[in-house]
Amino acid sequence: MNFALAVTSLWEREMKRFFRDRARVFGAIAPPVLFWFLIGSGLGPKVLQYYFSGTLVLIVLFTAVFATISIIDDRKEGFLQSVLVSPASRLAVVTGKVLGAATVGFVEGLFFLVFARAVGLPAGLADYLWAVLVLALCSLGLTGIGFCIAWSMESTQGFHAVMNLFLIPLWMLSGALFPAATAPIWLRWVMRINPVTYAVLGLQEALSPGRVGGAAFASLSACLIVLAGFSAAILAFSAWLAGTGNAA
Amino acid sequence: MTAPAVAIKGVGHVYPAKKKSPAREALKGVSFDVEAGEIFGVLGPNGGGKSTLFKILSTALKPTSGAAEIFGLDVLKDANSVRRRLGVVFQNPSLDVKLTVKENMEQQGRLYGVRGAELSRRIAEGLERYGLASRANDYAGALSGGQKRRVELAKSLLHKPDLILLDEPSTGLDPGARRDLWTHMKDLRAAQGSTILLTTHYMDEAENCSRLALLDEGRLAAQGTPAALKAEIGGDVIVIESADPAGLGARIKERFGVAPAQMDGVLRIERESGHAFIPQLVEAFPGAIRTVSLSKPTLEDVFMHRTGHRFWVKEEEEAA
Repeated sequence: MNFALAVTSLWEREMKRFFRDRARVFGAIAPPVLFWFLIGSGLGPKVLQYYFSGTLVLIVLFTAVFATISIIDDRKEGFLQSVLVSPASRLAVVTGKVLGAATVGFVEGLFFLVFARAVGLPAGLADYLWAVLVLALCSLGLTGIGFCIAWSMESTQGFHAVMNLFLIPLWMLSGALFPAATAPIWLRWVMRINPVTYAVLGLQEALSPGRVGGAAFASLSACLIVLAGFSAAILAFSAWLAGTGNAA
Repeated sequence: MTAPAVAIKGVGHVYPAKKKSPAREALKGVSFDVEAGEIFGVLGPNGGGKSTLFKILSTALKPTSGAAEIFGLDVLKDANSVRRRLGVVFQNPSLDVKLTVKENMEQQGRLYGVRGAELSRRIAEGLERYGLASRANDYAGALSGGQKRRVELAKSLLHKPDLILLDEPSTGLDPGARRDLWTHMKDLRAAQGSTILLTTHYMDEAENCSRLALLDEGRLAAQGTPAALKAEIGGDVIVIESADPAGLGARIKERFGVAPAQMDGVLRIERESGHAFIPQLVEAFPGAIRTVSLSKPTLEDVFMHRTGHRFWVKEEEEAA
C-alpha cells in the first residue's frame, strides 16, 4: 500500500538523519541527564528518584521537539515542497515525520529508562513495560505539539523562543520538578489540564507506584488513556494543519 | 481527441497581504495550451509571474481565479491524479543533503509508489544515464551544482511522468552543464514522447523551445514558436546611439516617416531591409549618430515590441 510505503520511507529518513548526527544523539540526552544529576546530587537521593521521570520526559521533549524543527529546514531547503507535490497524502507526510521524530525521542528515552533500577526505583519487568508504553505515547504527543508549532514557523530561531516560553514551562508544570499535591490550588489546575503532567505521572506511577509524594490524582491507566487520547487528537490536528493552505 | 498536456484558462493568483507587504497580484488571467510532446518555455523577467504559474501547475499553489488542467485533469479537484503524472524539478534544490544520492532517489521513488527491485532498477538506470553512477553513495551535499540538478532531474523521472515541469533549470549552471541538460531534455522528448514545460529568463534557452509563452507583469505578452514570434517584428532591428536621442528621433520621423522607439537613451527602429536604410540615415544626419547597429530580431526584441519596455529594466529599477 502506497500510504505505508510513503510513511516508512519518510520515517526511515528521520532515523538516518538523526543517528548519523552524533552531536544530536548526545546533545539531546546529555543536558537533561546533567540537570538531573546536578540537582539530584545536591538535594539527595530522594530527589534523584523523584526527578527521574521528569528527566525522562525532558529527554523526549528535547529530542522529539528538536527533530520536528527540521520541518522548518525541510521547507527552506525545498525538500518539503517536493514531498508536498508528490501523490503521497498529507496524512502520510505528517505520519512519517511525526513517527520518525517520535521514534527518535522514544529511543533516547529508552537509553535513560534502563537506569531506573540503578537509582533505586523499585521497577520490575511489568513496571518497565508500562513505562515503555507511557514513554511511547509521550513521544508521540510531544512530537505532535512540536509539529504543529514548527509547521507554521518560518525560522528555527522563532521555534526556540516558543520552546523557552511554552514548552519548557509546560514541562516545569507537569509534576516533573514538584508534585501537584504541594502546589497552590491555581497551579494544580494548570497541571491538571497540562498533557505533559500525565506523561510524568504515568512514568512515576509505573516506576515507583505510590511514592510520588502525596496521593496521585490520576491512576496509571487514566494517564495512559489521557496520553492516547491526546496523541490521537494532536496527530489529527497536525494532519489537518498540513492539509490546509498551499505548499509554497 | 486527447486533452492537451496543459490547458490554463484565465489563471490568476493574488498573494494575500502580509504584515509588511500589501496583497500582490502575481498572475492576471493567463491562458494558453501546451500540446503533448512539446518543449514549452515560459519566458519572462523575474517577477513576471513565471514562478507563481509554475507552482500552480505543480499543484503547490492554488490559483485564486481561472482553471488549470493537466491532461484534462483539474489541478485543484484532481490534484492527486495530476501529481502522479507530473515530474517536478523546482528551482530550489529539493535534495536532502544529509542523505546519499541513492537514498534521495529511493525516497522520491517511494513517495510515488515505486518500490523494491523495480525501484532499484530504475535508480541504477537513471544514475547511469545522467553520469552519476559513481556518485551513488556520496552525500548529496557533496555534489556540484550541475550534478545536483542532474540528480533532481533523474529523481523526478523515476515514476515515468508524462509531463515534466522544470523551474529555471539552467539557473546557476555553467555553460557545459546547461548544454548537457538540454541534450537530456531533448532525448527525453524523443525517446519517451515526454512533454516538457520549463520557465526561463534566458533568451538563448527560450530559442531552444518548440513554443513559448512570454509573461510580463503577470500577463501573457505573446505566445508562439520562437521563429513565428520573431517573424512578427519583420525585417531587421536597427539600434542607434546618439548624444541627443530625442532630437534625432524627431528628425528621423520628420525625414523618413518612421518613428523610432526610444528606450534607455537609444533609438530602435524595426523595419524591412535595414541594411539599405542605414546608409541613408548616416548620410542624412552626419555627426548626430554615435553608433548604429543592425541585427535580426531576437526574442528580446519581441519582448520589447510587445511590452514597450526592456526585459531587464524592471529589476534594475527595483534594485535602485
